[in-house]
Amino acid sequence: MNWKNYTSLPKIFQNQRIFDGCGISGYLNIDGKRESGTKVKDMLCILHDRENGLGAGYAGYGIYPDYKDYYALHILFDDEKSKEKVISYLESMGYIILSEPIPTKTPSNVDNPPIIWRIFYEPKKMKSISDDEQMIELVMQINANFDGAFVMSSGKNMGVFKGNGWSYEIADFYKIEDYKAYMWLAHSRFPTNTPGWWGGAHPFNLLGTSVVHNGEITSYGTNKRYLESFGYKCTLFTDTEVIAYLFDLLVRKHKLPILIASLALAPPLFNEIERMDKEFQIALKNIRATYRSAMLNGPFSIIVGHNDPIPTMIGLSDRKKLRPLVAAISNDDNTVYISSEEASFKRLKLNAEFCDEFKEIWHPKSGTAIIARVGQGLLRNGLEKPLEKIKLSVMGG
Amino acid sequence: MSIEHNIPNYFRVKIESDHCKKCKRCVSHCSYGALSFNNEKIISDDSKCVACNRCASMCPGKAIKIVKDESCLPPHGNYSRRIRNIIWAQSGTGGVLLSATGNDRPIRNIFDDLLLDACQVTNPSIDPLRETIETKVFFGRKPQKLDFTTDPIDPNKISLKTEFLPHFEIDMPLMVGHMSLGSISYNACMAIYQAVNELNILAGSGEGGLHPDFYEYGKNIITEVASGRFGVDIKYLQNTVGLEIKIGQGAKPGHGGHLPGEKVNSMISQTRMIPKGSDALSPYPHHDIYSIEDLAQLISALKEATRYKVPIGVKIAAVHNSAPIAVGIVRGGADFISIDGFRGGTGAAPRIIRDHAGIPIELAIASVDQRLRQEGLRDQVTLVAGGSIRYSADLIKAIALGADVGMVGMPVLIALGCRVCQQCFRGLCSWGIATQKPYLVKRLDIDVARNRIINLFHAWNEELKEILGAMGIDSIESLRSNRDRLRYIGPNPRIADILNVKHAGE
Ligand code: SF4
Ligand code: SF4
Repeated sequence: MNWKNYTSLPKIFQNQRIFDGCGISGYLNIDGKRESGTKVKDMLCILHDRENGLGAGYAGYGIYPDYKDYYALHILFDDEKSKEKVISYLESMGYIILSEPIPTKTPSNVDNPPIIWRIFYEPKKMKSISDDEQMIELVMQINANFDGAFVMSSGKNMGVFKGNGWSYEIADFYKIEDYKAYMWLAHSRFPTNTPGWWGGAHPFNLLGTSVVHNGEITSYGTNKRYLESFGYKCTLFTDTEVIAYLFDLLVRKHKLPILIASLALAPPLFNEIERMDKEFQIALKNIRATYRSAMLNGPFSIIVGHNDPIPTMIGLSDRKKLRPLVAAISNDDNTVYISSEEASFKRLKLNAEFCDEFKEIWHPKSGTAIIARVGQGLLRNGLEKPLEKIKLSVMGG
Repeated sequence: MSIEHNIPNYFRVKIESDHCKKCKRCVSHCSYGALSFNNEKIISDDSKCVACNRCASMCPGKAIKIVKDESCLPPHGNYSRRIRNIIWAQSGTGGVLLSATGNDRPIRNIFDDLLLDACQVTNPSIDPLRETIETKVFFGRKPQKLDFTTDPIDPNKISLKTEFLPHFEIDMPLMVGHMSLGSISYNACMAIYQAVNELNILAGSGEGGLHPDFYEYGKNIITEVASGRFGVDIKYLQNTVGLEIKIGQGAKPGHGGHLPGEKVNSMISQTRMIPKGSDALSPYPHHDIYSIEDLAQLISALKEATRYKVPIGVKIAAVHNSAPIAVGIVRGGADFISIDGFRGGTGAAPRIIRDHAGIPIELAIASVDQRLRQEGLRDQVTLVAGGSIRYSADLIKAIALGADVGMVGMPVLIALGCRVCQQCFRGLCSWGIATQKPYLVKRLDIDVARNRIINLFHAWNEELKEILGAMGIDSIESLRSNRDRLRYIGPNPRIADILNVKHAGE
C-alpha cells in the first residue's frame, strides 16, 4: 500500500485528467440478505491483471442498519487538525449523532497513516432546500475547501472503503469482512499516468449513488460542461466523477426512471430508433435531444449502486461495448452478479467458502442496462431491446 | 464628383497569341468588359480585370493566363499597396467603398491554431467504414428536463408528460448561410435548396423573400425576417421549417442589407415586394426593436403567427458583447441563435465595416457557449455559428468549441465556381452566381451546381465521421463543447484562455 496522498492528488498532477483501466465487480441479494465483504473481495481480487496496486475500493449497502436514518460520512483526514476543522464545521451545520474511527489494520511501521473517520449525521432542517441538497453542498464544500480532508461517501446505510493499494490489501486494511451488506460494489485500477491518491480511488460516491467504472469516456468535456451548467463542480478530473454526477442529475434531480436514465447515457442509434413504434420513437428522440450532452461516449463499463428509495444495482456498458461486462444469477434466483470478467463467478464457485452455483451467466448487450432491485428482482437483464416490456404513454403535446 | 485617377493594376491578362484561335469567346464571357477584339487580336484593359478567371477557363486554346501585375510601387511597410489603392479609389469616387465576400485582411485564423485529439491505447478509435457514427442534430428548442412518471403499481408502465417544444432533425450539423435571391441568382438559390433538401440539412432564405418556386423546399429552409421586412407575408412565415430574425451579419455588424437597384429586376421585385429598380436597403436597426424587450415582442409575434410550430431564432454578428446579448436573446424566447463571425461573407458591404468590425467566430462561440452555460440555458437552444467555416476541419473545431450547427456560405459558392473575386456587389458575376443578368445566370447549370454542393457536404460529413472516429466518439453530440479534445498551438496563450482550451503539450 502507498502511505501518502490521502486527501488530494500530489501537486504536480493536479488539474489533469486521470486515465485508467480497471476491474469492476458487484452483486446484489434480491431478498435483502446481508453478507460480509469477503465474497466481493474474492470476485475482485481474481481479476489480477486489471490492477497494478495503485488503488482499489469497496462500497457496501445495508451496512449500518442501526443508523439507517442518518447520513453516514466516511472521511479521510491527513491529520488531527484537519479533522477538528471539519468536525466543527459539521457541528455548525447540523447534528453529529456518532463520531468514531473506522477500524483499520494499519501496519505498525507506517508513521503517517491517514485518519479514517465515520460520522453519522443529520443536517439542520431548512425550508429552502432538501436535506439531500444540503448534504451535497456540505460534501462539496469539504472536498473543495478543507485541506487535508476528503469525504469518501455520504449516503445513508452505506459506506465506501477505498485507498491506494492492491484490491486485497484495501479489503484487509478496512476489514471489510466485518461489514454485512445486501449490495457490494468493488473496483481495482490500473492508472496510466498518476501515482494515485486515496480519495481518487473508486467507488466514487455522492449520497446514495456509488459508481465503479472501467473505461475512458471520450465525451468528458461535453459531459463536464453540461454538469457545470447545473452547478456541479468537477474537481477530481475523473470520468467516474462525471458519471456519478450525471446519475445524480438524471435520477435524483430530474427523477427519470433508471431505465430512462440509462437510455440517456447510452442511447440507441437513430437507425434503430427509426424502426420502432411511434411512441417509442417520440420518447427516445426526445431523450436524445434533451439529454444530448449527458450521453457518454467512448469505452466504458460501469456498475452503479443506488439506494433511493429502493436499493438498486445497475450495470451498463457503452454503445459499442468496448469494455467488458458480464452478468450472472444464482441458482436460487436471489443473487445478481456483475463483473468485468467471468472469472469472478468461477472463483466463487470454486471457493469452498461459498460454492456459489449459477443458474445462468450471460453477456449483456452493448449500451443496455442490467437492473436488479432489492425486493423486486432482476428487472432487466441487459438483453432486451431498448424499451422492451415497457408500456409507454406519451402525453406531451 | 468622380475624378479619374490611374490606379495601378492588380492583374494582367496574358494572352499567348500563338495559341489564340481568335474565337472571341473570352470577349463575350468577360462580364467586366476587360477584353475586346481589335480585328487583329484580343486586347485587354487590365484596369477592368478582376481575376475572375472566366475567360481563362473558357478559352478553347488555353491561351489566357491571369497574372499578378508585376509593376512595382515604391515599397513602404505601412502604406501597403492595398491602403494606397483604397485611398486612390476613394479620392476618385468620393464615396463609401463597397466590397463583397468576407474580410480579406490576413488576420491570423484561430481555427488554424487549434489541433484535434485522437485516441491511442487507452481508448480505441472507431472505424467509420465499419461502425455507425451519427451526425444527426436536433435543431430548435429542447426542454431542460423530461418528465417521466412510473406507475406506482406496475413499474413497467411509464408515461412521458413533457410538452414538446418546436424542434426538428437534420442529418448533418450544417446550414447554408442566408444568401438572398437578389444577392445571388435564381439558379444558385435553386441549386442550394435542392441540395439541402436532398441532404436533409438547412439553408437560409436571406432577407429577400421566397420565390414561389422555392416553397416546395420549405422543410429545409429557414426564412429570414430582416429590418426591411422584404418579402414577408403570412405565406412566407408559415411555410418554412424555422424563422430567423436577422439583427446583424458578420460582414457588416450594425448594418442592414444592401441590394443595389441594378439587381432588382421584375423577379426580385416580386419576391421582395418592392418596386423594380429600387435599391433595397434595409434599415440598420429594426425600427421596432430598440431594446431586448422589443425583440422579445417580435419573437412572440412570430411564434403566434406560426402557431408555435416552428423554432424562431435570432441572428447576430459576433461583436464584443455577444455573450450577454445572446443570453438576452434566449431569455427573450429565441429557440436558436445564429452568430456570424467577422470573416462572414456578404454580397455587398462597406469595405471599412467588412474589414474592421466584429470579432472572430471562434472567440464568440466560446464566450456565448460559456455564458449560456453559466445561466443554465445552453442545452435548451441550438447555437448556429458561421463566419468563415471554410472546410470540415473548421466545422469540427467550431462544434468542439460549442456550436451545434455550422453555417457555411463561401465554400458553397466556391463549389459552384466562384473565384472569390469580391465583386459580387456589382452584379456582374461572370460565373452566374452573384448576378441577376439572365445571360450570366444561365451560365450556372442548376443540376451540376446542386450535385457539386451535395458532393461537397457529403465529403465534409465523411471527414467529420473520420475525425470523430479517430477521437473515439460515435455521435456528434459528444463532440459539442468538448473542448477537452482541442489544443492550442498559436502564439497567444490568452486566446487559449478565452477559448478554455489547453495549450498543445498540456
Ligand atoms: S477565348 Fe482564347 S482562343 Fe478565343 S479569342 Fe479569347 S484568347 Fe483567343
Ligand atoms: S460570387 Fe461571383 S462575383 Fe462574387 S466573388 Fe464569387 S466569382 Fe466573384
